[in-house]
Formats: sequence, structure tokens, C-alpha cells
Amino acid sequence: MNAHSMNVAPATGPGASVAHDSAHLHVTGEACYTDDIPELRGTLHAALGLSSVAHARIVALDLAAVRAAPGVVTVLVASDVPGVNDCGPVIHDDPILADGRVQYVGQPIFLVVADTVDHARRAARLAQVAYEPLPPIFGYDDAIGQGAFILPTVTLERGDARRALDAAAHRLQGRLVIGGQEQFYLEGQVAYAIPLENGTLHVYSSTQHPSEGQAKVAAALGRSAHDVVIECRRMGGGFGGKESQATLPACAAALAADRLRRPVKLRYDRDDDFLITGKRHDFRADYAVGYDAHGHIHGLDLTLASRCGFSLDLSRAVNDRAVLHADNAYFLPDVRVVSHRLRTNIQSATAFRGFGGPQGMLAIEVVIDDVARALKIDPLEVRRLNAYGLGERAVTHYGQTLEDFILPDLIDELVASSDYVARREHIREWNRSSRWIKRGIALSPVKFGIAFTATFMNQGAALVNVYTDGSVRVSHGGTEMGQGLNVKVAQVVADVFQIALDRVRVAPTDTGTIPNTSPTAASSGTDMNGRAAQQASETLRERMTSALATAWSVAPESVTFSGGRVLAGDRSLSFAECARLAYMQRVPLSATGFHRTPKIGYDPQTLTGRPFHYFAYGASVSEVAIDLFTGETRLLRADVLHDAGRSLNPAIDRGQVEGGFVQGLGWLTSEELVWDTQGRLRTHAPSTYKIPVASDVPAHFDVRLYARGCNHEDSVHQSKAVGEPPLMLPISAFLAIRDALSAIDGYCAPVCLDAPATPERVLAEADRLSASPVAPDAKACADKAT
Amino acid sequence: MMTATTVQFLLDDEIVSAAPMPPDRTVLQWLREDQARVGTKEGCAEGDCGACTVVIAEPAVDGGLSYRAVNACIQFAPTLAGKALVTVESLSGAARQTGGSGAAEAPGGASLANPVRLHPGMHPAMHPVQQAMVDCHASQCGFCTPGFVMSLFALYKTDPAPARPSINDALSGNLCRCTGYRPIIDAAFRMTRLACAGAARADDATAVIDDAGAAATAPAPASTHWLMSGAAARRSSDEIAEQAVADRLAGLTVAPCFTAADGRRFHRPTRLAELARLRLEYPQALLLAGGTDIGLWVTKQYRPMGDILWLGAVPELARIESSDHGMAIGAGVTLSAALPFLEALHPALGALMRRFASVPVRNAATLVGNLANGSPIGDAAPALMALGATLTLRRGDEVRELALEAFYLGYMKNALREGEFIERVTVPRPHPGVLFRSWKVTRRFDQDISAVSAGLALEIEAGRVRSARLAFGGMDAIVRRATLAEQALVGASFGETAIEAAVAALATDFRPISDMRASAAYRMRVAGNLLRRLLADAGPDGVPTLYDMNQGVA
Repeated sequence: MNAHSMNVAPATGPGASVAHDSAHLHVTGEACYTDDIPELRGTLHAALGLSSVAHARIVALDLAAVRAAPGVVTVLVASDVPGVNDCGPVIHDDPILADGRVQYVGQPIFLVVADTVDHARRAARLAQVAYEPLPPIFGYDDAIGQGAFILPTVTLERGDARRALDAAAHRLQGRLVIGGQEQFYLEGQVAYAIPLENGTLHVYSSTQHPSEGQAKVAAALGRSAHDVVIECRRMGGGFGGKESQATLPACAAALAADRLRRPVKLRYDRDDDFLITGKRHDFRADYAVGYDAHGHIHGLDLTLASRCGFSLDLSRAVNDRAVLHADNAYFLPDVRVVSHRLRTNIQSATAFRGFGGPQGMLAIEVVIDDVARALKIDPLEVRRLNAYGLGERAVTHYGQTLEDFILPDLIDELVASSDYVARREHIREWNRSSRWIKRGIALSPVKFGIAFTATFMNQGAALVNVYTDGSVRVSHGGTEMGQGLNVKVAQVVADVFQIALDRVRVAPTDTGTIPNTSPTAASSGTDMNGRAAQQASETLRERMTSALATAWSVAPESVTFSGGRVLAGDRSLSFAECARLAYMQRVPLSATGFHRTPKIGYDPQTLTGRPFHYFAYGASVSEVAIDLFTGETRLLRADVLHDAGRSLNPAIDRGQVEGGFVQGLGWLTSEELVWDTQGRLRTHAPSTYKIPVASDVPAHFDVRLYARGCNHEDSVHQSKAVGEPPLMLPISAFLAIRDALSAIDGYCAPVCLDAPATPERVLAEADRLSASPVAPDAKACADKAT
Repeated sequence: MMTATTVQFLLDDEIVSAAPMPPDRTVLQWLREDQARVGTKEGCAEGDCGACTVVIAEPAVDGGLSYRAVNACIQFAPTLAGKALVTVESLSGAARQTGGSGAAEAPGGASLANPVRLHPGMHPAMHPVQQAMVDCHASQCGFCTPGFVMSLFALYKTDPAPARPSINDALSGNLCRCTGYRPIIDAAFRMTRLACAGAARADDATAVIDDAGAAATAPAPASTHWLMSGAAARRSSDEIAEQAVADRLAGLTVAPCFTAADGRRFHRPTRLAELARLRLEYPQALLLAGGTDIGLWVTKQYRPMGDILWLGAVPELARIESSDHGMAIGAGVTLSAALPFLEALHPALGALMRRFASVPVRNAATLVGNLANGSPIGDAAPALMALGATLTLRRGDEVRELALEAFYLGYMKNALREGEFIERVTVPRPHPGVLFRSWKVTRRFDQDISAVSAGLALEIEAGRVRSARLAFGGMDAIVRRATLAEQALVGASFGETAIEAAVAALATDFRPISDMRASAAYRMRVAGNLLRRLLADAGPDGVPTLYDMNQGVA
């Protein structure tokens, strides 16, 4: 018996907590990232020269000192691009190298290629650029006032929001500014381009979207897609930041490699990465809400504006998703959402886990919180009251009907397991006697739509090869960035063949094997590629079944795959033997699989239809403390319950939930992007941009998957996507900070707090809420009301 | 002068004679670019993300080896001379591709013949730290993981049963963007249990570790035996192995000067007098201590660097002398080494030091280096200035004392004369009657640069303020005292009225700037609030700090 088949165990099938397929490589340092690939003889290193001005015409570009610097081989500018000088994912407004005009500080102007990384980077700083300044646009009001829209404003309205507002018993309005967020993948952007014979290139790229890289490299070089292969074994994190913006370094490295006929690597250093690449969109939300004495929302008028940066990138879809998530878990009977997409002279804002959803969701959660505080009732009650229900109360503002709205049950379970009610009372009591430290608690739900809103992108493909020794190699269109896609796909494939997981190896993603892929994004990696791999495997299983049935003269229905063996009647053989048998019968042991997500259909003009295949749900309870001397905050405890359907791999999924939570916590608390008045990003390295560290995670961080989770739609083993939805769970932490602030004046006045809730913002609001320099005992509400 | 072109150190039981390298070549560049040893990653090249964490082992004072995690990205390679470098590859033997290591003996001599193979090619010889990381699902994208492994390895070597605060501390310099840290923290708890299990019988191993999954611990290759010994599972044979390494290190010849191919020199004096002489002889040579700031001049600012004069091998400067009057801390003493002594001086100093950068930075950076650097937001100066610290400056044989506050002349300008250097700082022991606090205010609690920091010391007698020393960072181009606020307090009855007068005076004392860390208004507001907190904290109940509140809430 083959040694490997000893290992067949249900412990590795769908639903098993199998380790990440690269875990042992990660911990030993053997996992190979793009910059770790052994360099070929003659490899050169590139660096980009960046704009120091936010908006200007380039009058003169003097590169003499760059060319003369030690080790420099060549310098390339826009006019050296033989094909299309563009790397934009949707339209052609993203030059690889600026052509005559710069539109943000950090925009690449030229590429210097040298013998070492150090020489290239030193040389890149030596250019003399003469700029003729053009007026830049930075702020929301500047952009709106000057009509600087990167796309026309859209409005989604159901019913008559204005009339419902006017008719409501109570009204309030407010404004919320939501900061952006740097992806801060630990592995910076990097590409390594190798020129091959006959004008072809092989480009190793740390990218979530190999096919787009392929198309853009081919276009930039004036070649065809079949001349370029993009390959990605793994990324050291992506989070959306390598969906569209990994393309620029791939194009730049390819340009140089093609020109010089030598391998060229381009790796952004951390500061360049911050300066060049786009981040999560920052948003401004203006809202007016009408509600009744119980807290029922009757009308909501919400205006969103986002600063999209200098080019379109993915901003249409990001802003659409913000609009589509402005309901979060709530039925809004009469609602109008206006969405402005602003052109500003900063980095082109791009994809980041959640993709607009978090901003829309935070807006409605703050609205709900305001309503509850105005009525002086537990915000949780207002959340329950307005939650989606049945019949017409199950229809979203964009017209999709919720078919499995499990949040009421999930929230009930979380309220009980987190002891929310008693703790809330205890905290309010505690706050009465605590003068300098206030605590707060909040629960927030998540409902997140799963699918690309661009319907055509909801397709996945896979290629499965069975070799005659019974080992299996899977290629699929998804990319591995740590989310555990490959191990999930391997689990699915091993399950079809009923073989040990270690008999399945997932190949690096490359465009030569799987063409025309969608990006690994929108949480859809497993849904699409796992399903495609499953289908390809099923095709092969059927072929092997048929071959065996013929060979043994048994009915195909009597053939089963189990425990690493193939059985028919009282006979059996190992999977490897069966593969060999099929091969000897000249049966093809390679098959493709393809998946198109069913049921969806969305009209991007009206923002209505069924954009999503299904929804993933979750909820969290956060407790925080704030320091009224400094405005510093601390997450004290978090309880999370998340719906991953029938989880394919609970350990991997829990990791996504925990990681998403902490990443979202950073977005809402410590991670602040600061641009100065000249449009220069001042927070461009971990010394100035603070993502959470280990001590920010409370000792009590209870994260569970919802045990009754199931996907009623046709997904892989009834699992649900889990990549993005958890990012929005820590909205409860932001709301808990509002709750703690509210304690300053005895829960009277409205709280006004922008995100992220930095110490400075928290202290400013604390000061506003208290009359004396440091919070005295709570004032009577009557004082505040006047 | 005896000089050499190669730098000798130990890596994976091999003596490495690194080829002539520029004095500012970093350990990370040497590993990745010169050796193609790419397990160690670059995440930021400024010592702030920890992806490049390696461990340096040196003979310990009490025998055996001492281990410390440092950031390879800003550590200059010549500082490795005479030491052992441990990288992620060292732990599993991955660097040597040891054949048949699955049959190697476990540290306890127990043979674990059938380590569970979860995946094809799974390494049969992982260190307990690595195994714990796998068992706990503590890696996702994996890019930060080698750095975490090394920080945990250093913890494993120094703390037999780490509690959560020690784990937080050990991981304070490592950023992970994927996991949310929980599984990494779990791995930190698990690694020492795995080590115990590895040292005991295999049967016990499964009993101890069954909570996290099916994986069993795996043995290490015999050649990395000395790495396997942990305080938890320390046995005499491990100690012997460590001592053997220490003896080999002692046998390495280390030249007092390395000369690169381009002629640039890295001076490595081993006596104070020699350092003083070289400082006079080569006043233009850059004085280097821990390099956690100077490293960035190379990796971030691409400044051309000339000769380097390193004070890290001078034993006189590595001393800490404690007396009734206070502590004298030499210029070679790292922040980590100084921490327990400063904490003994006053608990508030210990609390401050724990939030000072991160463990890998504290393991390299020196206290005096932080003072000499003169950053307006340096963490040590406000506290030490409030305590009345003095500097001992040396120029050749000439020695003078200078109050710390007299050292700073302007933004990044100090009172050092040509050829002079700081030999030590002396921190007076606060009188029992002195009310002393030191706080830093940041966006993130760990490893963040202060928006405002304060060292506040009041001598209070019969309810009246007898003397006041209030020093602030982040409020001006230098760290300095708030003289008007001090005047408002001295002689006054210690209470709200006096504090409010001092708060009001701060507005005249300082004109802070707005930058990416905070606005001027916030800085001013917080500086005043820290004075108010001093009063509140002096009260019967004190003021809790948020820092540890999230570690104890059930």
C-alpha cells in the first residue's frame, strides 16, 4: 500500500481545520515570495522617480545626473513606452510613467535601472524636474465646488425619502468623515520580468489580478496577450492593494526587461509604496433621518462623497458598493442615497477589503446610534427594530430580496454569549464613579453582499491534472495571498477523489495555464475557483469511473471512490492504480472546470437588481475604555459571532474573521492617513502609520463561527465567503467609543466623532461634551439640552 | 593598527568570514543580497515592522549564551563580529537542507519516529516555536512569519513560561496584517509546552499538546542542538552545547578595525581610552551605538556614510553602576539592559521603558544613544531631565559633567565639542518624597513615537511644592523644561489651583507645532492634562492607565 494513503482521514476533508498548505514553509522561511526567487544571471534592479508636486505640467526633465550615477544602466520615460502608456483597470487614465503632467505627489515619472537595488534607488533621487504648477484639488468641498467628479454623481432612491423625513415625528442630521486606510501588506509591491525568446516575457508579479497584468504588459509593449505570462506563487498580503495597482510595477519591470533584454526586478520600498499606491477611499457622509418615538426609521437621506484620487481605478465599483451597503442590516422604507465620486490630486484610491462596503455600513450604523442616543434607548433595540424582516421588509433599497436573513438569531446568540445586557448596565454604573476613565459597549451587525457587482467578473476556471502515480495538480484562476484559498481548493479536490490531502498540490497561478481570470477579490476566490476545481475533478472522476467500469465490466454506478481507493463490487484498487488504468486506456486525465455564479444580474446604471449571489452575516460586541486626559482608547473585550455558512475550514475561516476584525479596528482607531496642504502624504511608513500590534488585541477576544450557518445558494459545500465581511465587525468598537464618550455627560448630548477615532479626535469630543477641562461629574441632561 | 577586511561570526555552526563589506552594509542586505539567504524579509527597512527580525547570541556573563532579537534591516553587519547570528533558517536546519533529519534525536533523546505529515514536503525538523506556529494556524500570508518566529525564539530562550504581558512585549516590534495576532499569542503559550513535551517522552507530548490539533512535535537536527535548549527544557547537555558555542565565539579573532574594498573603515575599539583616542583622531567618523536611528540614514535617506566608530565593544561603556545616589549608565548599555535598573530607580521609569519602541529596537538601541540623538520626541530625555540626570562627556582624557537640559542647544544640535562623546548618563535616585511620573501619549500604545511626552517631578513638603522639574517632549524643537509652569508650582500648595496655574503657564512656555502626529492644539491640551493627571494620580485612588486594562477584563 502506498504510504500516503495511510493518511486518508476525514480530518482533512471539507469542514476540517487543516493547516494552511504553506504554513510549514512560512515558519521555516522557505516560502518563496517574488523577491525571493533566485535571480537569473544579469538581473538588474529598477526604481521609480516620483513627482514631488501634486499637480503640475512638467516643463523640463533633466535626468543627466540620474544617468551618470554609479551602476545606472538606463533610464526610461513615458516616451520610451512602445505601446500604450497605461495601467488603468477600467479606463485608460493611469499612465505607467507620467507624460508631461503629474497629478499627485508620488506619481512615477521615470524608471531608472541599475546593477543593484541601492544604486537604482539612490539614482532615482537625482533628477532635476522643472514643474509649472497647476491648481490642485484636495478637499471634498473644493472638488464638489469645482465640479471635479471622476464620474457623474449617482442617486439611488426608493420611495420618497424627503416626504418621509418631513412626515416623521423626529428628525436629526449629521456629518461623518471616514478616513481611508493603507493596505499595508507586509510584502511591498514587486515584479520580476524576464525576457524570453521571440519577444515573449515571463513576469513574476505579486498580484491579485494576473490576467490584468498580462493584458497591460502586452499593451504597454505593443504585443499580444500570448506573448506574456504572469505568474504568482503567493503574495505577502494583498487586501485589495494588489488588485489593480500591482500592474504598474509589472509593466515598468517588463518595459525595462524588454528594452534591455535582461531580467529586471522592481520592488517598491515601503515609503515609495505608500506614496505611489492608492488606499481605501476616504468618505464623507451627510445624513438626515426621520424616525418615530420607538426608533423606527421612516426616511433617510444620505449623501456620500469619496475622494477617488487622480484616476478612476476601481472607484465606480467601490462607490457603488458603498451605496449598496448603506442599509447594512436595516430595512429603510423611504431612502435616498446620493454618491459623489470626486477627482482629487492624491493617490488613486483603490480596492481594500470591503471595497466601499465598510464606509456605507459605518454611515448607517452611526445614524442608528444617533437615533438611539436621541431617544435615550439602547442602540441594540433600535438595531433590532429596524432589522430586515419578511415580505416587503426583506427587500433591499436596490431591489434584492433577502432569502436567509439569519441576523436576528445570530444577534440573540451573541447577546447571550457576550452577556451584553448585564455588562451594559454594569458599565453605566461603573462610569458614574469613574471620573477619568469611561467605558463603553456596543453591538454591531454585518450583512455583506457576495459577488462582483460587475456581473461578468463572476467567473472562475480551473485545470486539474491527475498523474499516473495518483498525484494531482490543480491550477485555478485565484491567487493566494494568505487567505487559505489553495488549501480550501485542495480540500475540495481531495474530497472529490477521496484521496489524501497531500496527494493534491496547488500550482502557482499563471496566465498561461488559466486564461482570462477575474481578480482574486470580492471574497469570491473559493466560491468561484473552488467550484471550478470541483467541477474539473468531477469530470475526471467520471472519466476514471467509466474507464474502470469498462475494464472490469461493471456498471459505472457501482464504482465508488473512498479512502484513497476506487471500489467496484468486491474489488478495489488504489486511486493511483485507477489513474494508471485510465491512462492505459488512453483516457485524458486532465480536465478544465468552469464556474459562473448563478442568479445574479445588476444594472450599474440604476444600481438595482440582484448584484449579490448571497449575503454573509456576522455581529460583534466590543467594550472599550477611553482616557479623558489624553483621548487614548483601548479595546477591552470583543465577542464575535460570524456566519461562514458551512465552513470549509473553520481554522482558516476563524483566522479570516480575527484578522479582518483587527484590521478593521486599525481602520477605525489608530490608522490615520495625513496629507499636508501640499498634498504630500506625511504618514508613509510604519513609523508614522500605525496598524494594530499584539497588545491591542484584548485577552478576551472570543471569535466563533455561527454553528447553524449554511448557504442556501449553490456554493461549494454550502460554505460562505469570508474574506471581506469580518473587516466591518469592529464597527462595534467605534460605536463603543461613542458610547464611552456619551458617558461624559450622562448619555445626554449627541456624540460627534469622525473616523479614525484617534486620541486627538476622542479628546476633542470629550472636551466638547464636558464643561470643565477634564470631565466633572455628569451634568444634568437639562443643562445640555439648553 | 591591526586591521582586517573580513568580519568573522558564527552562523549555523559555521564560522563565517564575510567578504570586505562597506561599514554600513546591513545584516539584512548581507543575508538577502550577498548570501541569497532569503528567509528573512524586508517589510519596512526602518526597524518598525519586524519582518527582518534575527537573533544575535553572545556569551552570557554567567556562562552559556544570551540571546536578543534585533532588526536586521538597520543592524550594520560589522557589528556581528565575534557573535552568533541566528536566522529563521537556523532553527529548522533549512539552510543546510539536512538530509534524513527526521531520524535525528529529540532534545530529550526521545526518538519521535513518526512525526505527523500534514503536507507533502513538510519539514520534519521544526523548532518548537515553528511547530507551535503551525499548530496554532498562526501564519496566513506568511511574510511577517519569519520575524515572529525569531521574536518568539528569543522569548523562548529567555522566559520559561511567558505570560501575556511578556508575550505582548516580545511581539511589540512585529507587525502582522493578516492574523489579528490571537493565534500567534497562542503559539507563544504553546511553544514552551511543546519544548517540555519534546524533552519528555513522546507519549506525554501528545497529552500535553492535544488541544490544538493532531500535530506532534518534531525533533531538531543534532547540529542545531544548542538552539533547541530553552529555559523551559534546559538540561545539562544543552548547557554544555551552549557553552561550546560560547567557547567558539571566544576563540574568534576580531580585528579592531575592518576596512571595506572602497577604503571606508569600521572602527571597533575595545577600550575606552582607545575610543577616546580614535574620536580625537577621526572626528568626522560617525559615532555609532545601536544604530536604530543611524540605520535609517542609510536605508531611508540614502546618506553617504564615511568611516564608522562603533562603541558597542567597549566594556567600560557597557557598565551600569548603582549607588545610593543613582545609576550611572554607560553609553554602550542598551535600553533593554537599562530597563530593570531604571525600573528599580522608579516604577514609572519601568512603565515608560516598556513602551519605548519595541523589544528588537531596545535590544540594539542604547539609552545614551537616545539622549545623544537629541530628537525632540525622544522618549528618554523628558523623564531623565525631570529627575535631574547629568551626562559625563569625554574628550581624550578630559572629562566634564553637564546637566542633561544643558546638552540640547537647538533642533538636533548639542553641546558636544569636536572629538567629544558621551561616556555615560547618571540618573539620580528620586527622594522618597518626590512625586515622579513619566508618560507618553501616542496613537498606538506599543512602538509609537510620542505626540507628547512628559517627565514630571515634584518635591512636596507639607502639602507645598518645594521644587518642580517638568520636562516635555514633542512641545518644541528640543526636549526642555517648562520653566514658567514650574515657577507657577513652586511654593504653592499642591492642588487644583496651583496645577491650573501651571497649565495656564504652559501656553507661554511652549509653542508646539502641528504635524502628522498631532495638532499644536492637541499637544498643548494634552501637556496640560498630564499635569492634571499628575494631581489626580497623586490622590488616594490614582488614575488607572489604559495600557493593561485589556489584559485583565474577564
